[in-house]
Amino acid sequence: MSTLTESRPRPAVPAGGPAPARQGPRGLRSWASVAWFLVPALVLFLVFVLAPIGVAVYTGLFKWGGAGPMDEFVGLENYTRLFHDRVFLGDLERGLYLIVLSVTVQLPFALFTAVLLNQRLRGRAFYRMLFFAPYVLSEVVTAVLFTMVFLPGTGMADHLAGALGLEGLRGKWLADPSTVVPTLFVVMTWKYFGFHMMLFLAGLQSIPDEVLEAASIDGAGVWQRFRHVTLPLLGPTIRISVFLSVIGAIQLFDLVWVMTAGGPNHSSETMAISMFQFGFKRYQVGYAGAISVVLFMISVVFSLFYQRYVLRRDLSGAITPGGGR
Amino acid sequence: MASTPPSRRSFLALSGLTFLSVPLAAACGGGDSGRMPAAGGKVAFAWWNIATTEPGKSLFPQLSTAFTDAHPNITIKTTSLENEAFKSKLTAVTSSGRLPDVFQTWGGGVLRQQVDAGLVEDLTDAFGWSSDLTPVSLQAYRFDGRTYAVPYDVGMVGFWYNKRLFAKAGISAPPGTWAELLEDVRKLKAAGVTPIALAGKEKWPGHFYWAYLAMRVAGLAALGQAAAAKDFTGAGFVRAGSHLKELVDLQPFQQGFLGAGYSTPGGQAATMGNGKAAMELMGQWAPSVQQDAGGDLGADLGFFPFPAVDGGLGQVGEVLGGGGGFALRKGAPKEALDFLKFFVLENQSKLLASNGYLPVVKGAESGVADANRRAVAESLARATGFQLFLDQAYPPAVGQEVNDSVADLIAGKKTPEQVTTSITEAAKGA
Repeated sequence: MSTLTESRPRPAVPAGGPAPARQGPRGLRSWASVAWFLVPALVLFLVFVLAPIGVAVYTGLFKWGGAGPMDEFVGLENYTRLFHDRVFLGDLERGLYLIVLSVTVQLPFALFTAVLLNQRLRGRAFYRMLFFAPYVLSEVVTAVLFTMVFLPGTGMADHLAGALGLEGLRGKWLADPSTVVPTLFVVMTWKYFGFHMMLFLAGLQSIPDEVLEAASIDGAGVWQRFRHVTLPLLGPTIRISVFLSVIGAIQLFDLVWVMTAGGPNHSSETMAISMFQFGFKRYQVGYAGAISVVLFMISVVFSLFYQRYVLRRDLSGAITPGGGR
Repeated sequence: MASTPPSRRSFLALSGLTFLSVPLAAACGGGDSGRMPAAGGKVAFAWWNIATTEPGKSLFPQLSTAFTDAHPNITIKTTSLENEAFKSKLTAVTSSGRLPDVFQTWGGGVLRQQVDAGLVEDLTDAFGWSSDLTPVSLQAYRFDGRTYAVPYDVGMVGFWYNKRLFAKAGISAPPGTWAELLEDVRKLKAAGVTPIALAGKEKWPGHFYWAYLAMRVAGLAALGQAAAAKDFTGAGFVRAGSHLKELVDLQPFQQGFLGAGYSTPGGQAATMGNGKAAMELMGQWAPSVQQDAGGDLGADLGFFPFPAVDGGLGQVGEVLGGGGGFALRKGAPKEALDFLKFFVLENQSKLLASNGYLPVVKGAESGVADANRRAVAESLARATGFQLFLDQAYPPAVGQEVNDSVADLIAGKKTPEQVTTSITEAAKGA
């Protein structure tokens, strides 16, 4: 690649900015205009993102019912309570379970569909649209729809279970602590796999045919071509997909809230639902603030590490000019 | 049921939102209050209600217009919000300390918190006409002998039953004691009828059972004392749980009840309305929700009060219920109370005629036309004691723990003792 770039004629104006020698007043002026254009975005970010984060961290240090003055400082007590809370620890466990399921079941399934729909196939555009359609539906509509599908006794799922001889599942689905999370996962997969499939399709399109051709001339079979050519070249897309899946699972709220409200008996509760329950049902705003801080920290730590160690090679070059070495 | 949940957006936006949702909701909203009487005798006040469905949807504006027509110097700025949206919004304005002049309240623990924060007007002295109202209707808004809201509706929970299904199981009269109820459940099961419909997902319908059993076993006074002493571990409460467990052990509920909603398709009300269960323990609104969600049982629908428990301290005449009222912000214009007097006292017959509310004025129960509603109104008029729904009477954290723990008991995940210790822990922490 590097030889290719160097043989190209150099552009008249270098893209990397003015030459160091002339940096004085012009550099200052461009810095000033950059700052000027950034002000609105920074103010919004400060008021609507950073300030609330600060307020939440602060609120999390108090025992506060949401009314009257915030005057009962408890330090880190909310956090100690959090890590002894059976339900919250369950939230963490369920979050992890959903992440593992998403990455090991949902994404491979999406990849498989994407590879299929990347073939020359009659009605391929139709199938792509069909699988992508659920993603366009709102979470609440999806949830209401599936509440009816999983209705005990009369729902479609019960009829299906009966027809397939899965009598043990009838009347359970969302109504039994042992089946509720897998059932929710089925709905999540139905809704989101189309989105990941689209990402993978876009990634597949960018793999040049020549490479695959060359591989088959070298004698690689279907599986070998997939394993050693398609998969590595799809790497960046897969890494982004995993990232979005994990963050989505950590912050899961709407689907679960409408379908089960976290039940039965907290067995499908997520961190976001616990936060809502404590903030708006039990009016323990300080404790809810602490949950939101932990939820935020988990997301931040995960995304920082992920960016640092996994996405690094994909992102480098995209952010700073000249960094793509 | 759910109020505007956030959708799945990009990571930063959402983690920002996560933070926003609790404290920022607390910081925004509530620009409507703080109105002072303007010059020239002109008065304006804000009125927040939850009349987004009929009959209130047309009746409430009708009454406020009638009032402002009679008092041209008064302007009422009405905001009607759906139940859940109202609660979220009121939570937000409560934390900012800026309540609207007149606002819907259900009394109990939430109102108490607002009162303790110094946000609510004490009506006791200005509210002389409270003697015209039934004591039962005022109970939810009274703390330490002071009154903080004007009721416009009151109701109670009892068993709604399907007479045809009871007859099918060979039951001639509704049960008068808990033992008889259990016996009837066995008979219904033997006749192939689902005895009870229950919305396990929503938890509050389940709490009615434990609350009533606690009232019947431990007595009304014990419920108040336990809340004050923050100790629910008394023998009476454990026994209440054991009685509930007797019922649960008979497996009386419909298939998949743990995931069932109340008014949603296939939920508790639909199961009842479609004649697929013989009874439900529910408030006075049950018949209308049954009609909306399932079907109209018509003359097959009957009502009986929660039965007595042998050896218990409580009486059958003591009712569990709740209602609706309006409270005033501290410093709200005094004309607001005049409006409430007009609304409640002078228009009682209109409220009753709308078939959406039950009487709060003494002696008005004969004005209730519908037979089922009159049965409830008469039970209320005869009531010898009143307990507000526990999830409203107690501080929100305690009330929600009652709902949660009782739901666990019904699902077989907690013992009666564990229920009482969990509630006690929540009460001590709140």
